[in-house]
Amino acid sequence: MDFLNAIILLLNYLFVPALSYGSQLALGAIFVSLIYGILRFAYFTAGDLMSFGTMFTILFTWYFQSLGINLGFLPTALIAIPFGIIVTIFYVLLKDKLVFSYYRTKKSPPVMLAMVSIGTMFVTQAIVRIIIGPFDRRFFDGEKFIIRANEFKEMTGLNEGLAIKSTQVITLFVTIIVVSILFWFLNKTKTGKSMRAYSDNEDLALLSGIDPKKVVMTTWVIAAILATVGGALYGLDKSFKPFTYFNNMLPIFAAAIVGGIGNPFGAFLGGYVIAFSEILLTYAYKKFFVYLLPESLEPDGLLQLLSTDYKFAVSFSILVVVLLFRPSGIFKGKVL
Amino acid sequence: MRNNLDVIAAYSIMLGLIILVGFLQSWSMALSILCLCLISAVMTIGANIQWGYAGLINFGIMGYTALGGLAAVLVSAPPVEDAWKAGGLDMLLCAFIIFSMILIIRLVLQKFNKSKNRNYIIAAVIIAGLILLRLISAPAIESIEAINPATTGFLGGMGLPILFSWIVGAFFAGGLAYVIGKIALGLRADYLAIATLLISEIVIAVIKHEDWLSRGVKNVIGLKRPVPYEIDLQGKEWFINLVQKFHQGSLNLISDNLERQQALKQLVIESSTVFVKLCFAGLFTTVVILLLIVTQKALYSPWGRMMRAIRDNEEAANAMGKNVVKQHLLIFVLGSAIVGIAGAMMVTYDGLFTPGSYRPMRYTFLIWVMVIVGGSGNNFGAILGGFAVWFLWIEAAPIALFLINFFTSGLEETNALKVHLIDSIPYFRFLMMGVGLLLIMRYRPKGILPEKINRV
Repeated sequence: MDFLNAIILLLNYLFVPALSYGSQLALGAIFVSLIYGILRFAYFTAGDLMSFGTMFTILFTWYFQSLGINLGFLPTALIAIPFGIIVTIFYVLLKDKLVFSYYRTKKSPPVMLAMVSIGTMFVTQAIVRIIIGPFDRRFFDGEKFIIRANEFKEMTGLNEGLAIKSTQVITLFVTIIVVSILFWFLNKTKTGKSMRAYSDNEDLALLSGIDPKKVVMTTWVIAAILATVGGALYGLDKSFKPFTYFNNMLPIFAAAIVGGIGNPFGAFLGGYVIAFSEILLTYAYKKFFVYLLPESLEPDGLLQLLSTDYKFAVSFSILVVVLLFRPSGIFKGKVL
Repeated sequence: MRNNLDVIAAYSIMLGLIILVGFLQSWSMALSILCLCLISAVMTIGANIQWGYAGLINFGIMGYTALGGLAAVLVSAPPVEDAWKAGGLDMLLCAFIIFSMILIIRLVLQKFNKSKNRNYIIAAVIIAGLILLRLISAPAIESIEAINPATTGFLGGMGLPILFSWIVGAFFAGGLAYVIGKIALGLRADYLAIATLLISEIVIAVIKHEDWLSRGVKNVIGLKRPVPYEIDLQGKEWFINLVQKFHQGSLNLISDNLERQQALKQLVIESSTVFVKLCFAGLFTTVVILLLIVTQKALYSPWGRMMRAIRDNEEAANAMGKNVVKQHLLIFVLGSAIVGIAGAMMVTYDGLFTPGSYRPMRYTFLIWVMVIVGGSGNNFGAILGGFAVWFLWIEAAPIALFLINFFTSGLEETNALKVHLIDSIPYFRFLMMGVGLLLIMRYRPKGILPEKINRV
């Protein structure tokens, strides 16, 4: 019984939160990685693009709520996401046309493009803050929990409760759907294959008649979709605050690099690596061992490897270690 | 000569703008903008050395700034003797353990060939060291932080004049840069950018949460100043006389004696803040000018030419027998040390150390905008960038308010759009930064004052 309690404890405080946080990071990391692979620069607007998409999702959610449209026990935001995606696609394509295409045709060095993306980062931040403001916003409605902690306790008779929020399940489902469509697209369709070819060897791809404009456009569209979905899921699960999204850029980059930048599948796994290590290393294991060990061996301290203050620092340290020993990432991306 | 005219014109416009603020808003405001402009100029000199001379991207600027600030605390705060008695020795022991860990690892790296066993030995040394550190430091930290936590709760500093910290800060930041450089300098440019950004986050996380060292988010306040305090000045005979002399004309206009005294008192209070800021501005200008002379000399020396050669073509420079890795590390350390000075200067100016306010995500990019807008590779340009961008950052709100009022003058005061826009005035500064950066990168990619290369 104690053993089961210990397992449930870990599931509740470690596994489930890490899984949903990891999915949200993974969505961001995939598009950062794609942009890096195909457009060949570090896209510093990543976090703010996510907040841009989320902002429009929230605006549409409010609009639908005012019309009285809802999905019952599911959050209204789910119908708003496609509209948010459309606006975000327009925004990134416009940005590409006005800003990035100039440097691409000039074949500027990647550093230049990264700096330009800092410029668009500032602009996007300004747009988001001017339209919706810098404050914390919650836009979740519908049923909050799938299983409540005390319901679970009653059902199983265990001491430990397992609470599963509906947003966590939605996050997981949506991520699985989006990511499997994406990988099907990249691996099976002609456009996806041409994108991979372009990423592998630009000159050869151009020689074999691949249209670079189409490849670039598809990349931006995918980026906008992933950014909006990832951002909206994060906002549903936690809350929407532009500055938090901006800061999330760091773990997203960490995930993309750990997974091997330029390799979308690596980035996908990288998201989970970062999320799990952040939570595993800062969790206090005291209660877990209280269940498992006999009373005489009960631990005194919290048995926390690192205090939660260092949550962010954990993922960055992992990144530094990976950079030191495997500069191309765990799952071999482009060798840099 | 024509090029020099550019520089003179650009700087005169900048000074003119600051003086305009003095007339339109207040002199105290103008001087604090000037002081912060000077501090950001020091930072941009540091960043410009790395990016403009050598082409290295360093996004770790806030990390070095925070370390410089920490240096100011450790140098000038009075030592807390009780805390030293309670846990100082243990903390010194910890430092010794870390030092010996590094030595052992170096020894292992030298003595053994590359193999799995060597990795295991190193891992074992690190894990054993960490456990030992934790065992020794945990009780020591607890007892240090328990001593009078409302005012001290940390080890304190050395109680020396704060000006020393400007040098110590440079050494701190340089030391950190050495470690980071050893780890990360082999990476490609944009990779290096992300790695340094993340490392600076780690540094700030440590400073924020190690209360025994820096009081963390509880902040250190009341650091001693290198210039007089306002309240002391207001009592000084010579200062009152000086103010009287300065405002003779306007004071004479007031006929009533009592009223004149009142007016003088008000003027003395106002002038004392201006005087203090003037002192700071003088100190900072000295630093900027010294750094400018040194960096200009370096840029036009054989060493500067070598750095440019490395920047423009690493392989060719390597083929000519220049040690690229070593020079990169050197310039990385030098540039970061200068940023460290700026960090110490900032804490000196504020008189307090607030680790919570070092937000890498916000200010790193701002400083990079300064370098790029000003003109990378040109020290005059970098300093001008520091001035112009900081000025715009502070004055963005009034400018935005003016523009919004101008463009919406047809609308009523209660119009929802107008109210919303006026409410979000603080965020127009991001828009200005972004649009400014994009325009400069598009139409003047080398900055306002581009790099000058003398052809031989």
